[in-house]
Amino acid sequence: MDSSLIEKILSGDDVATARALRMIDDELPEAREILKKIYPYTGKAHIIGITGAPGAGKSTLVSKLIELYRKKSLKVGVIAVDPTSPFTGGAILGDRIRMQSHSTDPEVFIRSVATRGHLGGLSKSAWEMVKVLDAMGKEKIIVETVGVGQDEVEIIGLAHTSVVVLVPGLGDDIQAIKAGILEIADIFVVNKADRPEANRLVKEIEFMLEMAGIKDKEWQPPVIKTIATKGEGIEELAVAIDNHFEYLKKSGKLKEKIRMQLEKEFENTITSLIKEKIYRKIQEKMESLISKMENGEVDPITLGEKITRELLKEEEK
Amino acid sequence: MPEEKVRILIAKPGLDGHDRGAKIIARALKEAGFEVIYTGLHQTPEQIVNAAIQEDVDAIGLSILSGAHNTLMPAVIKLLREKGADDIIVFGGGIIPDDDIPFLKSQGVAEIFTPGTPVSETIEWVKKHVKPRHKRK
Ligand code: B12
Ligand SMILES: Nc1nc2c(ncn2[C@@H]2O[C@H](COP(=O)(O)OP(=O)(O)O)[C@@H](O)[C@H]2O)c(=O)[nH]1
Ligand SMILES: [Mg+2]
Repeated sequence: MDSSLIEKILSGDDVATARALRMIDDELPEAREILKKIYPYTGKAHIIGITGAPGAGKSTLVSKLIELYRKKSLKVGVIAVDPTSPFTGGAILGDRIRMQSHSTDPEVFIRSVATRGHLGGLSKSAWEMVKVLDAMGKEKIIVETVGVGQDEVEIIGLAHTSVVVLVPGLGDDIQAIKAGILEIADIFVVNKADRPEANRLVKEIEFMLEMAGIKDKEWQPPVIKTIATKGEGIEELAVAIDNHFEYLKKSGKLKEKIRMQLEKEFENTITSLIKEKIYRKIQEKMESLISKMENGEVDPITLGEKITRELLKEEEK
Repeated sequence: MPEEKVRILIAKPGLDGHDRGAKIIARALKEAGFEVIYTGLHQTPEQIVNAAIQEDVDAIGLSILSGAHNTLMPAVIKLLREKGADDIIVFGGGIIPDDDIPFLKSQGVAEIFTPGTPVSETIEWVKKHVKPRHKRK
């Protein structure tokens, strides 16, 4: 692998970074080499997750946060995830439309990513992509999730601080809160506060938090009203985001998060390495193996056990 | 397992507010399995080129109906060259007189699609000519 690519990433070069992100997204073998080499330079950034229904104003909020962070001379990275069509494999990635005013700022790096079939609100590549942005020197890395459903819990495994964006007048908000978003949020945003019913939604969220006993814990998720299009409430949001990061550091929760992530990464790496190895081995035999199971000669579990055992034995030699 | 997708940026440079064509092309490309990054209206060549680089796209599709194609399209290509990203293919469409097409091609525009061209024809061209950048060489 080209070692100058690593140097360029570490010096903050957009072209090199963009190329590395592509290799990661496409799962090319070079990606692992890059990740190994940049690893020592990661772990510095504050990773912020933004989740909420489509149209809630996530991208608009992200753009305003970028603006504010840039005023403080902080370098910003963004990973914006949109869904891949399950039918065609294609995607329209439109989050960037709201952020294009930052396109000519050399200290802002924005990358649109498609889910490519991955569920949970992120792409499979998101974790590793964030590492590259971290290594290139971005201090605040914002990850915008797809925002399709109520099962977007993956963000808490990636972000240090998760922001859940709700809007008044959607009716299903409260249901979303009940369905588990409550546990995800470190911070709630009630966006589109220019609409009626915003105050009611704030009250409802606060009531829910009290009912769930979450208000008694060490960190009480603040509920912040914003009008993203006008930039109102962004300062407060940024303060809350920073406060949460401080809390994580002081309470030891940040260390816990990092440990959990390392464990997960380690597990993922082992799983995919073994899987790749085994599949490479049985690739040609695949058809006949499936036929065997189909004919009832063997069940999938016995066959799986046998093939894994054989591979591990071979490795020992 | 490796999965190499072709990524395309669809952009509207200049003050042109006609976005139907750009949206139709973006949607058709999505239906054809491409990853399309749409940057919206009123983009400067700098914004377009920076976005293309950060998104590591294989091609840029420019949509221009305002008549400013003879300046905007070459401007995008010049910037790509300056940034060492001239392996990104530039193509486009919109209200562009036939007489202007040879000039645009001489400037490095790969192909132009004008009104009346069936979208399927455009998609076939993209499928044939746009491959992942790092695999071309
Ligand atoms: C609809 C329309 C409008 C709508 C636009 C709505 C919108 N959101 O898009 C409205 C009413 C707002 C409008 C306003 C104006 N318009 Co107007 N408008 C049209 C009209 C009638 C149709 C355009 C259209 O949508 N076509 C349908 C789409 C699907 O076709 P298309 O964009 O051409 O795209 C096809 C191809 O060109 C190609 N393509 C396009 N982009 C791309 C990109 C890529 C990558 C690829 C591969 C292919 C491709 O593929 C598409 C499918 O085949 C045209 C006349 C015409 N017949 O084209 C005038 C026209 C474009 N407008 C014109 C003018 C002058 C204006 C105004 C300045 C009028 C005024 N004086 O107020 C304003 C300016 C608005 C602005 N801010 O830019 C002129 C432009 C003249 C010129 N280029 O010299 C035209 C040509 C009318 C004319 N004959 O005078 N307009
Ligand atoms: N009225 C109002 N509209 C907003 C506000 N924030 C965002 N929007 C609009 O909501 C729409 C969706 O915004 P977007 O940021 O793309 O939402 P996302 O899908 O969650 O990323 C856009 O038309 C925005 O202009 C707000 O505070 N008030
Ligand atoms: Mg968005």
